[in-house]
Amino acid sequence: MRILIFSGRTAKEILRDPLNLGFGLGFPLVLIFLLSAIQANIPVSLFEIGSLTPGITVFGLSFMTLFSATLLAKDRESAFLQRLYTTPLSAPDFIFGYALPVLPIALAQGAVCYVAAILLGLPVTLTILYAVLFLCPVSLFFIALGLLFGSALGVKQVGGICGALLTNLTAWLSGVWFDLDLVGGIFRKIANVLPFVHAVEMERAVLNGDFSGIFPHVWWVLGYAAAAVALAVYFFLRQMKRQ
Amino acid sequence: MDAIKAEHLTKKYKDLTVVDGLDLAVREGELFSLLGVNGAGKTTTIKMLSCLTKPTGGDAYLLGNSIVSNTAEVKKSIGVSPQETAIAPNLTVRENLEFMCGLHGFSREKRKQKTADLAERLGLAQVLGKKAEKLSGGYQRRLSIAMALIGEPKILFLDEPTLGLDVLARSDLWDVIRLLKGKITMILTTHYMEEA
Repeated sequence: MRILIFSGRTAKEILRDPLNLGFGLGFPLVLIFLLSAIQANIPVSLFEIGSLTPGITVFGLSFMTLFSATLLAKDRESAFLQRLYTTPLSAPDFIFGYALPVLPIALAQGAVCYVAAILLGLPVTLTILYAVLFLCPVSLFFIALGLLFGSALGVKQVGGICGALLTNLTAWLSGVWFDLDLVGGIFRKIANVLPFVHAVEMERAVLNGDFSGIFPHVWWVLGYAAAAVALAVYFFLRQMKRQ
Repeated sequence: MDAIKAEHLTKKYKDLTVVDGLDLAVREGELFSLLGVNGAGKTTTIKMLSCLTKPTGGDAYLLGNSIVSNTAEVKKSIGVSPQETAIAPNLTVRENLEFMCGLHGFSREKRKQKTADLAERLGLAQVLGKKAEKLSGGYQRRLSIAMALIGEPKILFLDEPTLGLDVLARSDLWDVIRLLKGKITMILTTHYMEEA
């Protein structure tokens, strides 16, 4: 019950911030429409709607890290968390209360991107539903990163690291904007040991109905998600103890 | 009866002693002020008494419960209004109060009753529907104190409650504090001589 109450507050704080809605929902939609317009004039296979949309949905999830990290860092800096530590809330209440409400927001963001893609010509198939569901582990990874950064950094640092660095890393190393093979070398190697490109490839495979194609990408995504959750719990408990 | 009894309460951060063997006794219903310059250890003392940080030496008993070995019982009897405003900015005043009611496990019915009661007592009734971030500093402090009172605490800690407020807002807030005097035990910190 307390988790639900705490989750409700988390959702309200995130959804009532117009900047969050602008970045979280508006920006990915603008990208889909903009890159589709480019594709219409100068055809590039990477920007075909069936290839572009899975990439944009994964890129959009990087904003979930920013949202959850900013909220947690603000709660720490304003001593709101300190106040809550004197209530009957337990550590799992806090962790689930911060993380759970962001998951439906993330899935809703993905769903809106796919609706926009349908309007731009993506055929309506059941695989779209699966593609949205497969965003769950990717979302979990980004949300956990948010808890990790929000536990360890201040609001200003969160803005720089999650708002600028992570979103750019997700964009460059995911193969959404350009084919990673075109760059090759060390860049491609780095991209391959990070989860972003695997998340995009997994989403593309699911959307295209190629379920054998989700391997090995799904293992990378699940592995990174598990590691991020473990680290997030550790860092959250550490800051809780320090308070 | 003593509501608070501290015995040689000590807090050290490596070589720095922040609170050095504090002994104090506060009787039930008393309004007790901790006066000191910035860095004197007032906030650390409050943090230790409210179980937010563990003492490195000594102990304190709140209504007979140790802050070292019986923190769960201590937390049931206290309310804390931290130095920073510590409110949920995008929630309305009503939502902030109902949120705290929910965390304390009150029924929907009691939440509404409690919210209306505290809003009336602390002069928040006219701003119940306003977002907390849009309130003036004085109203934000009142909201912060109201949130600390939700759990019906027997002991209330107010850390620098008037810090940063203008003269009128300070005077209004003191009216609120006087209103609570005698009903619950209060410990407040301040660095204003006239407030202590």
